[in-house]
Amino acid sequence: MAEATVKEAVIEKEPFFGKKEKKLLTDPLNDNNPITVQVLGICSALAVTSLVYPSIVMAIAVTLVVAFSNLFTSMLRTYIPKQVRMIVQLVIIATLVTVVELILKAFNYAIWKQLSVFIGLIITNCIVMGRLEAFAMANKPWRSFLDGIGNGLGYGGILVIIAIIRELFGKGTLFAGSPAAMNIIGPSNEITKYWINTASDHGVGAWFGSWYLNNNLMVLSSASIFIIGIIIWIHRSVNKKLVDIS
Amino acid sequence: MHNTRYTLIFTLILTIVSATILSLLFFGTKDRADLAAKIFEKRAILSSVNTLLDKDVSKMTDQEVLDVFNNQVQEEAVDTKGNQIEQSQILAAGYKGGLPEDIDMAKERKKPEDQRMYPVYVFDNKGEKVYILSIRGNGLWDEIWGNVAVKNDFNTIVGASFDHKGETPGLGAEIKDNPAFSAKFRGKELYNDQGNYISVQVVKGGVKDPPHQIDAISGATITSNGVSEMMFRGIKEYEAYFNKQKG
Repeated sequence: MAEATVKEAVIEKEPFFGKKEKKLLTDPLNDNNPITVQVLGICSALAVTSLVYPSIVMAIAVTLVVAFSNLFTSMLRTYIPKQVRMIVQLVIIATLVTVVELILKAFNYAIWKQLSVFIGLIITNCIVMGRLEAFAMANKPWRSFLDGIGNGLGYGGILVIIAIIRELFGKGTLFAGSPAAMNIIGPSNEITKYWINTASDHGVGAWFGSWYLNNNLMVLSSASIFIIGIIIWIHRSVNKKLVDIS
Repeated sequence: MHNTRYTLIFTLILTIVSATILSLLFFGTKDRADLAAKIFEKRAILSSVNTLLDKDVSKMTDQEVLDVFNNQVQEEAVDTKGNQIEQSQILAAGYKGGLPEDIDMAKERKKPEDQRMYPVYVFDNKGEKVYILSIRGNGLWDEIWGNVAVKNDFNTIVGASFDHKGETPGLGAEIKDNPAFSAKFRGKELYNDQGNYISVQVVKGGVKDPPHQIDAISGATITSNGVSEMMFRGIKEYEAYFNKQKG
């Protein structure tokens, strides 16, 4: 008994970054992953994942949008009239998405061109709306913010895994078009725009040239539904906690 | 439960606040975004003469792109009869800035032929002129466009670069993503030995006429046909200009 009261007292103090806060960050990465467990945000996981680099940018954008819309909604949660809460949430999300889009357009135009359609679609990404309704409307700002970061990373992690598989097998490249690939790989040669390129006759690609053919199915969005399915399968067979939930 | 009056005032304030933030940010980033868009275009134009540059376009910084463009490229605008178009006419057509680079090819395509204007970028390759032409056509899903650089014999293609609005990644989008596709255009010829204009065709199943044909992208027939059509019609519009330049 005495122990329990002590514990409660500790929780009442609410440390800035305690166990509960840590759980908010790690839960969506595994036990409560937005894509594989909550099955939210599937559309964008199908659409943007044909290359790794845009997927990473998309993951960062979604993480920022979820985190900050969670934060603002949570700050306003006692003032938001219940009748119009969904619309208010949408206004907050749409504002943040437009902010992300404007900044991207000014500072990374090439990526903006590639992602402009999908960035607009963050507004309708179920993860954002879902977290606002399920978490931010009932929790304090700091925790909501962490929940947003956690869910954004959980979503982004899966996105990047799918993108790595699709780009590697579909196009035979990795990190195509990313500044890292362009700067690190060095000598000016059009073909070294990629880290790995199985289609080129230079470097690593030369070794693949004779026997390997890229899989065109991986290029199409439908491939990611198979990959998501397989990821969910693996996730559930590793993490037994998930099996009975659904 | 909040009353209607509160709800109205709350939503009003929220809307005004978000609208203010967005418009401030929009005007704050507009100059930078416009500049980024211009540099993006200029990179595309320069990548058609990539082999003639000291440095690969994709490795140039934004400033280097602008420097090369300012020092080595002269912009001109021409009509379909090959006449030069003045800045005032470009402004009159509704393009702010009045430079040939401000001409919107998508709008020009919809005009009647005798009113169209086209940009020509004359690239100075160590004293030798290379003419970069803008062309635009239709792919499978949406528009495709490109820049074709032609030697001063107005026959040999030095290089080309393509872009698209919404072709399928990995299939039609290869016209832009795969440098090997645009590289195939190098050294191709617009006129045959008899001097007839035939441009360059993208063909399936083996090239039979090497100076005028290149291999299509497998799985992207309609985009490939779109490139053929654009290469034929788009460059033909510059024919009058070629003849004037040849004198």
